[in-house]
This record gives sequence, structure tokens and C-alpha cells, in this order.
Amino acid sequence: MRRAVGGSSGGACLSTLPCPGGAARYIGGMGTDETIRQDQPGQPEDRPRAHHDLGGVSTFMCRGVDTETHTLTDFDREVDALRQLLSLKGLMSVDELRRGIEAIPEAEYHALGYYERWIRSIADNLLRRGVITEDELRTALTES
Amino acid sequence: MTRFAAGDRVRVRDDWPETRGPVHIRTPHYVRGLEGTIRAHLGRYPNPEDLAFARPAPELDLYHVSFSRRAVWPDDLAEGTTPGPAGSEDEIVIEIYETWLEAA
Repeated sequence: MRRAVGGSSGGACLSTLPCPGGAARYIGGMGTDETIRQDQPGQPEDRPRAHHDLGGVSTFMCRGVDTETHTLTDFDREVDALRQLLSLKGLMSVDELRRGIEAIPEAEYHALGYYERWIRSIADNLLRRGVITEDELRTALTES
Repeated sequence: MTRFAAGDRVRVRDDWPETRGPVHIRTPHYVRGLEGTIRAHLGRYPNPEDLAFARPAPELDLYHVSFSRRAVWPDDLAEGTTPGPAGSEDEIVIEIYETWLEAA
């Protein structure tokens, strides 16, 4: 018996179904909106899956696996540092970070990179909490 | 004393709160409405659906629930699928909070 474990991450790896042409199974990643919406038969389109709820969506089962090492950029490190500081100061939990990521509109969600989604969510959370104002954010973005 | 024990049959609520407004939920779309089996009680944790909005978060029981792979993704969905050996049945195990589960 094989077991695939999903859960809080919302994903589960299914190891038993073959892919056309022997393509490797692909877990996670990005695609165009059009291809992502192609759900499995049996899980019809009328099931109102949220656009970020990608576990088991057939598009992701049969793409080549991206095995390239992704080097962290300075931007990536800064975003992660910011997240840790906000967590330490009790200004944003990981759950709030995830909520903010999931709230990014679908087209942007799939166009943004991993840490770009994080900084969008961080900005959203800080605005919600009143830690920063829209004016302050706008000014800071204009000056940078 | 928890509501469910290992071996209990349960059903995941066929509910779609994401259609009713902003939410953060940890129950994947592909197990909603399906029957599964409680494998283990994992502990009690503050409800992430509340934590995500910085609301007071009551602690909930979290369970490992297993589902037949065939129930989630039937064989006939994949061309050329080879059935497993007789008696074998692959499972998918998901962490699910008690509020998403009802007795089956």
C-alpha cells in the first residue's frame, strides 16, 4: 500500500496514475489560467474550487518536474526576513500570510513569483491592521 | 474524549465557503463530500480559519483521515492505468479539522 499525504498545504501527491509519454509527474508550480482550469473528469468545473486550491488538478500531474535549483535573490531574503520580523512582533501570523496570498486575484496569482506573492500578502496584511497606510505605501513605492 | 476514534467512518462536509466570501480553509477541494476513515487524532490546534483573519481561534481536534485513492481519482481517469495487486488499495491521507467532519 502506498500512501500519499496531503493536508495543511492543501496538496497531495498521487503516485499511481501514469502520464502520457512517460512524462514525470509534476507537483506544484505555475501555468496559464486556461490550462489550470482543466480539472479532472469526475471533479467537474461546477465544483467551485478556489483558484489556489490546486491539489489534484490534472494539469499538474503530467508536466516535467522542474529540478533546477532556485537560488534565493536578495529580494527573496528580504521578504522572508520581513515575514519573520512581523511574526516575532505579533503583527502577522503565517495563517494571515496564507490568507493574503490566497486573496490575490487569479491572473496575478499565477503571474507572480513565490516571494512576490508573499510581499503582496504582507502589504495587504499591514494595510488591514493599520500598521501602514495606503498613502505611506504609495509614497514609499514612488520613492524607491 | 474526542468525537471520533481511529477506524470511524466519516464524511467530509460538501461545503464551499469560498463561494460565500473571503475565507482561509485547509480542507482540499478534492475530498469534499467524500467518505473516509479516521486514522489518528493528531491533537488540538487553534482554528486556522480564524487565525487567518486574526480572530479569536478556538482549539479544534485535528485528525488524519484516509480516503481510497479510487474514490478521489478513479482509475478510468487515466489512460493505461494498471490496477494494483489484488487486495491492494492506495490511500490518500489528509489532515482535517473536526468542524469539516460528520459521522458516515
